[in-house]
Amino acid sequence: MDKKPVLVVGGGIAGIQASIDLGSMGYKVYLVEKTAAIGGRMAQLDKTFPTNDCSICILAPKMIECARHENVELVTYAELQEVEPDGSGGYKVKILRKPRYVDIDKCTGCEECIEKCPIKADNEFNQKLDKRKAIYIPFAQAVPRKAVIDADICRYITQQKCGLCKKVCQAEAIDFDQKEEILEIDAGAVVLATGFDLYDISAMREYGYGQIKDVITAMQFERLICASGPSHGHLERPSDGEIPKSLAFIQCVGSRDQINNPYCSSVCCMHATKEAILANEHYPHLKPHIFYTDMRAVGKRFQDYVTRAHDQYNVEYVRSRPSKIVEDEETGNPVIYYEDTVSQTVKKKEFEMVVLCQALIPSVSHQELAKVLGVSLDSCGFITVPDKLFNPVDTDKEGIFACGFCQSPQDIPDSVVQASGCAARVAEYLAEVS
Amino acid sequence: MADVRVGVFICHCGTNIGGVVDVPSVVEYARALPNVIYAENNLYTCSEGGLASIREKIAEHNLNRVVVAACTPRTHEPLFKNTCEDAGLNRYLFEFVNIREHCSWIHMHAKDDATEKAKQLVAMGVAKVQWLQPQQEYEGDVLKASAVIGGGIAGMTSALSLANQGYEVHLIEREKELGGLVKSVNRLFPTNVDADKVITPIIEKAKANKNIRLHMPAELKDVKGFIGDFDVTIYENGADNVIKVGTIIVATGAQELKPDGFYNYGKMDNVVTQLDLEGKLKQDKKWIDDLAGVTMINCVGCRIPERTYCSRFCCITAIKNAWILREANPKAKVVVLHRDLMAYGVEFEEYYRKAMEAGVLFLRYNLDKPPQIIGKEKPEKIKIHDELTDSHLELPCDMVVLTTPLVSARDNEAVSKMLKVPLGDGMFFLEAHLKLRPVEFATDGVYVAGSARWPVDITESISQGYAAAAKAAIPMSSGKIKVEAITSFVNIGECIACGTCVLACPFNAISVVDTDGKMHAQVNEAMCKGCGTCVATCPSGAIQQKGCTDQQILCMIETLAGGL
Repeated sequence: MDKKPVLVVGGGIAGIQASIDLGSMGYKVYLVEKTAAIGGRMAQLDKTFPTNDCSICILAPKMIECARHENVELVTYAELQEVEPDGSGGYKVKILRKPRYVDIDKCTGCEECIEKCPIKADNEFNQKLDKRKAIYIPFAQAVPRKAVIDADICRYITQQKCGLCKKVCQAEAIDFDQKEEILEIDAGAVVLATGFDLYDISAMREYGYGQIKDVITAMQFERLICASGPSHGHLERPSDGEIPKSLAFIQCVGSRDQINNPYCSSVCCMHATKEAILANEHYPHLKPHIFYTDMRAVGKRFQDYVTRAHDQYNVEYVRSRPSKIVEDEETGNPVIYYEDTVSQTVKKKEFEMVVLCQALIPSVSHQELAKVLGVSLDSCGFITVPDKLFNPVDTDKEGIFACGFCQSPQDIPDSVVQASGCAARVAEYLAEVS
Repeated sequence: MADVRVGVFICHCGTNIGGVVDVPSVVEYARALPNVIYAENNLYTCSEGGLASIREKIAEHNLNRVVVAACTPRTHEPLFKNTCEDAGLNRYLFEFVNIREHCSWIHMHAKDDATEKAKQLVAMGVAKVQWLQPQQEYEGDVLKASAVIGGGIAGMTSALSLANQGYEVHLIEREKELGGLVKSVNRLFPTNVDADKVITPIIEKAKANKNIRLHMPAELKDVKGFIGDFDVTIYENGADNVIKVGTIIVATGAQELKPDGFYNYGKMDNVVTQLDLEGKLKQDKKWIDDLAGVTMINCVGCRIPERTYCSRFCCITAIKNAWILREANPKAKVVVLHRDLMAYGVEFEEYYRKAMEAGVLFLRYNLDKPPQIIGKEKPEKIKIHDELTDSHLELPCDMVVLTTPLVSARDNEAVSKMLKVPLGDGMFFLEAHLKLRPVEFATDGVYVAGSARWPVDITESISQGYAAAAKAAIPMSSGKIKVEAITSFVNIGECIACGTCVLACPFNAISVVDTDGKMHAQVNEAMCKGCGTCVATCPSGAIQQKGCTDQQILCMIETLAGGL
C-alpha cells in the first residue's frame, strides 16, 4: 500500500515522539522545526521531575533516534507557508526553508568557524545569560549538530565584510549564496506539536523582573544550575556572580489571575520543587522557600517528591501569593512582601535570589499557524480541541491532530502520551480515508 | 587467527581531536600493530570523502576488519557500520574507538599524554577487532492481533483504535458489560454532560466493530510467549480458551477507595463517597430539595502517611458534584473542604472559578484540625476550621461526601505475575520509564493504559488508550521485529543451570530448559536487550554476549597492560 507522508510541526519532545512512532509504523514523516535544531524546551531543562533524570541525557537518544530514523526527514530552520486541502482528506503543504548559509551536508560541526566569528549576540538557548556568535550551533547536543548563521547580525551578510567563517571552514560548508527554498509535500495528515513560550513578565512591575538584578525566571534558573549552562552549574547570581545564601521561588507569576492568564500552567509547582531540590543538593546551606497558591502535585509520584523536598532537602513551602518584590536599598537584594496566611499578618523577607515561575503560554507562532492551517485557537491561544473529553488530540480540522503543550498545559509524560496518541489517530485516519 | 586484515581510520574531527592528539603519529603507531594492513588519517572520517575512503580501502586491501578512532558511537556508529556493509563487510566486524570524548576533550591541556592514550585506545580496538565474528541479526514474526485486557474507557479506546487500523483485537472484560468505572458516574467534567449518553455509543461501537472479538465475561488465566507470539489463556463460557496474539495492552483500571474508619463512613447515614453520590444523582433527585447543607471533604484516605499520593482528578469530581447540588438547590450551603485545589490546566481552572461563581464555598482545611461531623444517625452540622482565615465555622450539613482516591485493582498482582511485568507504588503497574515511556513496559510487546498505571481522568485514559494502541501497532505494522546482534548466548557445556541469570535479567529473556536431560539456561533473542547483566552475574562464565565476550574484553586489557 502506498502510504501518504505525515507532516509533524514542532521538534520538541512531543513532535519527536510522534515522528518516531509514525516512522516506526511505516509512514514517511516530515518533521518541521522552526529553529536550527530539534530538542525544544526539554533540551533547556537541567533535570526532570520527579526522577531527577538529566533532561538532555534522556532526550538526546530520542533526538538521535528521530534524526536517524529511516522514515523521518528533519526539516529544520523551516516554517509552514501554505496548507491547502488536497481533496482526498490530506493537505498540500508548502514548507519554507530559511537560508542557513551553511550546507548541512558538508558541515561537520567542528566549530572552527564559531571560534573565529567576531560577532556576538544574546544566547537564546541560555535565556540570554551569555552570548553566542553570529555563526553558532544552538546547543552542545543539537541535532543536527550543524552550524547556522544569524543573518540579522552576520557582518558578511549585512555589510559584505568579514567572511572569516568561510575562510576557516575546511569542509567548505559556508554558502552565503543560499536562498529561501520551498519544499512541497502532499501530506496525508498533520500533527501539531508547537509547544510553549514564556510569558513576558517584565510588564508585571510589582515583581521587579528586569529591574532587580537577582530576580530571575525559572528557565534562567534551569540554565544556571545546568552543568552545560553558562555558569557550568554554579548558581552565580547575576548581580555579582556570588552564590546566594538564600533563595525563594514565587509560583503563578502571570498565571491563575484575571489580568494576565486565567489558567494554571500545570507544571510550575513541580519544576519549582525540582529546582529547589537541585539548589539544596548543590548548596546544602540553602533553605529554598516556595511561595505557592495550591501545591498541585497531581502526577505519578509527585506528592512524594514534594514531601521529600520538604523533609530531605530543607524546602520551605509557604502558602501565600506575594504582592510585591522591592530592592533593598542597602544590599540590593530582592525583598518579598507577602501575607502569612497562618498568622494573618503582612510580612517581608529578604532573599539573595528570587526565581519567578512565570506563566507558560502557547507558542507565539500560533496566530500565524492557525491562519495557515485553518485550525482555531481557544481564548488563551491554545489550539482548539473541540471534544477534549473523548477526542483529546483531534483539532477542528479533519486530519489535523495536536499534542503536548500547544493544545493544553501539560508535562513531559502527558505530552509523550498525546504524541503517541496522535500517531494512533493518524493511522486510524489514514486507514479510514484510503 | 587466520588472515585477519585490519584497516584503521583515525579522525582529526577538525581540531576537536587533531588540535590535541598528534593524529599522524597515532597512525604511524597503528600501522605497526599486529594484523593492521592499512592505516590512514582523515580530517573528517564521517564526511562523504572519509566514508568513500573506507569503502575503497576495504576493496583495495581486502580488509576484513575495520577500526575507526573518532568521536562517539552514540551518533556515528551506525554510519560507519553501514559503510562497512556497503563495502560487503559484515557490520559486526567493525570496532569504534572514541578518542574525542574519552581522550582529546578531557585531556586538552596534556597533549603528549593524550596522544599516548589515543595510541593505547587504538591498540585495544585493534586487539579486540580480531576476535569479532560476523553476526546475523535475529528476526521474528509478529502476529497482527492484540489482546486488550479490560473493557473500561482506556481499553475500549485501545481496542477501537487498533481495530480501526485494521488489526484483530481480542477485548477481554471480566464483568458482564463494557464501560468500567465510568458506568457508575452521573455526569462528566468539565462539560457536565450525561455520562451514559456519551459512553453508550462508544460501548456500541466496540461491540459492533468487526475487528473486535469481545470476550465477556472472561477471566485472564495465563500468558505465555513473548512479543509477536503470545498465548493468552482466558476462562469464558465455562472453559479455557487460548488466544494467539502479537501484543498485549493492560487496561485493567482501578477502584474507588471505600474509606472505612474515616468520618463515620459506614456507620452514619448520609456519609457517602463521591461514587456513592454519583449513584444517588443518577436516580430520582428530589432529595436534593430538602438539603440544608452538604460538605465535601477532599483527600480522605490520601496524601496521608499511609497512602501518600494525590489521585489527580478527585478535586474536579468534588467541584462537579458540588456545583450540580448547588444548581439543583441554590438554598443549600455547599462547601468543598480541600487541602490544595488541584484544578490544573485551562479547563479545570475555569471550571473551578465557575463553581465558585455559582455559590460553592471552597475552604482550606489542615489535617491537624480536621472537620468534625455533629449528629447521631446522620450529620446535622459540621465544625470546620478554615485555614486561610484561621476561623472556626459551624455550618448546616445533612450530607457529608468523602472524596477518596482511586486505589489499584485487587487483581493487579495476579495480572502482573502472569504477564511478568512489575508493579510499583500503591500496586499500580510500573512503566518502562516514568518520563519518556509512560505506556510501555520494559518487556517488549506489553503496554499499559489508564488508571491501571496511575489514577487518571477519562480524557487522560483515552489519550493513554490511543498511545498504547500506537505502541502496539508499531511491531504489528511490519509484522516483524529485528534485534541487534548484541544479545547474550549460553555455552551449554559450562552452564550449571543455577538460574542466577534468570533472576538477574530485567527483561525476562532467560529461562532454564532441559535439552536431552541436560538442564541449562536459554536466552530468548527476541526479548534480550544486550544489557549484559546476566554475563556479569553468571558464576560459571557460561553466558557471553556477542561483541563483548570475555576473550574480546580480556585481550583489550592485556594489550593495555602490555603497553604500560
